Amino acid sequence: MSARRLFTYAWPAVPIIAALLFTAALLVIFDASPLESLVAIFQGAFGDQSKTLSVMAFWVPLTLCSIGLLITFTAGLWNIGIEGQIIMGSIAASWVALKIDAPDPLQVPLELIMAMLAGAFWGALSAVLKTRGKVHEIFSGLALNNLAIILTNYLISGPWQPPEGGTFRGTQPFADAALLPRFADSRFSPISLAITLVAIGMVYVTLRGTFWGLKLKSLGKNPFSSFLLGVASERETILAMMFCGALAGLGGSIRVLSWFDSLRQSISGGIGFLALLVVMLANYRILYVPFITFFFSAILNGSITLQLRTQLHSSIGGILTGVMVLFVLLFGDSRIFKFFKKEDINERT
Amino acid sequence: MEIDLQDIRKYFGSVKANDGINMQLKGGHIYGLLGENGAGKSTLMKILSGYQPPDSGQILLDESPSKFDSPAQALKSGIGMLYQEPLDFPPFKIIDNYLLGKDNRLRLDYKTVEAELMEFSSRYNFNLDVQAFIDSLSLGERQQLELVRLLAGGAQVLILDEPTTGISAEQKELLFDSIRILAHEEGKTIILVSHKLDEVQELCDHAFVLRKGKLVGEINIPCSNESLVEMMFGQIPERSDRSPQIKDKAMLKIHDLTISTYRMQIESINLEIKSGEVFGLAGLEGSGQELLMQTIAGLIKPAKGKIFLDGVDMTGWSYHRVRDELTAYVPAGRLEAGLVSGLSITEHVVLAEPEHAFFVDWKASREDSEKRIVEYQIVGTPGTMADELSGGNQQRLLFALLNNPLKLVMLEHPTRGLDVQSTNYIWEKLYSRRNDGTAILFMSADLDEIIERSDRIAVFSGGIMSRVVDAKSTNVDELGHLIGGRE
Repeated sequence: MSARRLFTYAWPAVPIIAALLFTAALLVIFDASPLESLVAIFQGAFGDQSKTLSVMAFWVPLTLCSIGLLITFTAGLWNIGIEGQIIMGSIAASWVALKIDAPDPLQVPLELIMAMLAGAFWGALSAVLKTRGKVHEIFSGLALNNLAIILTNYLISGPWQPPEGGTFRGTQPFADAALLPRFADSRFSPISLAITLVAIGMVYVTLRGTFWGLKLKSLGKNPFSSFLLGVASERETILAMMFCGALAGLGGSIRVLSWFDSLRQSISGGIGFLALLVVMLANYRILYVPFITFFFSAILNGSITLQLRTQLHSSIGGILTGVMVLFVLLFGDSRIFKFFKKEDINERT
Repeated sequence: MEIDLQDIRKYFGSVKANDGINMQLKGGHIYGLLGENGAGKSTLMKILSGYQPPDSGQILLDESPSKFDSPAQALKSGIGMLYQEPLDFPPFKIIDNYLLGKDNRLRLDYKTVEAELMEFSSRYNFNLDVQAFIDSLSLGERQQLELVRLLAGGAQVLILDEPTTGISAEQKELLFDSIRILAHEEGKTIILVSHKLDEVQELCDHAFVLRKGKLVGEINIPCSNESLVEMMFGQIPERSDRSPQIKDKAMLKIHDLTISTYRMQIESINLEIKSGEVFGLAGLEGSGQELLMQTIAGLIKPAKGKIFLDGVDMTGWSYHRVRDELTAYVPAGRLEAGLVSGLSITEHVVLAEPEHAFFVDWKASREDSEKRIVEYQIVGTPGTMADELSGGNQQRLLFALLNNPLKLVMLEHPTRGLDVQSTNYIWEKLYSRRNDGTAILFMSADLDEIIERSDRIAVFSGGIMSRVVDAKSTNVDELGHLIGGRE
């Protein structure tokens, strides 16, 4: 019994170790020392204060998106459109930052709120297309992602281009008052950390303690039975997508207001897709999420140093995270748990 | 081809789907395989067609023992099965579908194959355009293609599973003609799995009847519908005496209701169920009784007519609105429809409650669940997941989720899979609701249950509802008549 319990708790580590071994093998093939590379990644992530802060600054929006996805995953929705929701959030925040001059204590909150509304709106589009138009959210999500990218490109090369002429790279930097206050010249904003911690708590309570959370869980597991039990599937689907969209939009605004200082091309940096991987790895367990996002954030930021030190491309970090998710899905706990369940029954009889 | 099934057994857990079945079938004959849902027909046919192996027992084909690991292997030995849903690939053309699984060379020989396909389809008067795409075909045409594919694959035995569901009357005639040619002229063995007595009477030479996993009888056809019904349902014990609690108030009134689905048209139903009454709907599976119930529950929009609940016109209301009017619909699906795998008993109880606060009071809900568990004798704890419960306990959980009070309860197969004691217990619980004036409408595959539990009964046959009969004075003969669709 205790051995099995230990195994059950230790199980999530298995794919991580397997992925590390796999990446190590890959490094050996490319004539690099795995240990050296690991040290380089670690130093790249935590070597000095500015590096650690950079990891934290990347962690914030990634975590916001991941916990948002927990809501949609719980409701059985594949919110691939999260990238678009992030981008729409960053566009809305940029719009306020560039065009609206609110009194000082209101400027940044207004940006954040507009970003959440924009993200929620983009999520609601996907949801309504699903409930009314019978379009699967994966397809509408992909389409809406592209639309959001095109809109960004249009804005930075057209109406919002810097006065010195469009470079297709970004808008002009926002005024200082429009940015989130950052810590010690880094990209990290302590306010965004506070917001994220509150958001984690909110999602935790929503999923564990509210009736709405229970309805989402039920909907995700069996839509028809849930309908028979009285769950209004359309309403909950739209609300779940809007909830996730709002968090993603918030993440997007933090990308423009603290990681960068302007609206850029590929503003999301792929954190939406990365968040999808995080949630698959976490398998609905919200308390794992902040740790997984931290791990991903450290690996991805550390890889930049890896590239500077060795001749390896920094994408090795992306490979490691990708492979890890593949291993998680491959070793998917379903199979191993089934194995144990069988034993359970034998024990009982 | 001669088939000899010897002592076929197949158990799923404690359920004996096939419990020692012996059957002999000869070439040149059309056999009907009858039995209510859960009688073991599908299991037996899946075993014969190589879809699943038996736990024990033997299949002899022309006196030689045979064993199949897959439907493809069974087809090689000459056994082909036509499923209700044709196994084809809708985006492909007929000819491609035909080639699939047949020709495994690199280069496809369209010419020969087309000729072969044409020859088969003209032999049975099928009209198949080989270049047509599957999704442009009707279900009947797809069936014809499937049939040709099986025959070309060398099938000497054809199993047809409910082949007339969803096809037109013309196509049905064509299908029956081709089946007669196959059996009587070409000497093939045909097995027709069906719920529809009329079709069995029309087409078959001989019928086997299964009940609860056992072969309970066989008979040459034509014979009377009553004898078939009696074999399918067994001897019905005398109805025990029970005082009705029918109140003088119409709880449910159905006026000139027409239901139109892609499978079936049900015309002008008129029905009145009184407060405190128990009303049973009998009939073979898929005769329309479940459609009536789903329409009352708000799951199907009626094409015409009116439904009144306690005097209020609720025609066309959504399921959730009907539910809020103190009605309950208990489907037969358990984990497919009704319960959610992966949610605990407590979570089900919380979901099913009529009133909800924003935050769930888990402590109170657990206590509430505890009470319901005791009341309905569920073997489980508040934290037990619905899918960890046994079938009977899942059924009890469905009843434990019913709220109080209710004006109308609709039940599909309320006690399927329950033992006698639990069945009695569940019905006592239901009866006690009659004091509050609850009307109970239920359907069951079990004639015993219909006669024993109802105050009045209506029988469905092929989408037509019979006259309403009094449960006290009816008998199996009368119901058999009605089930067979004859007044």
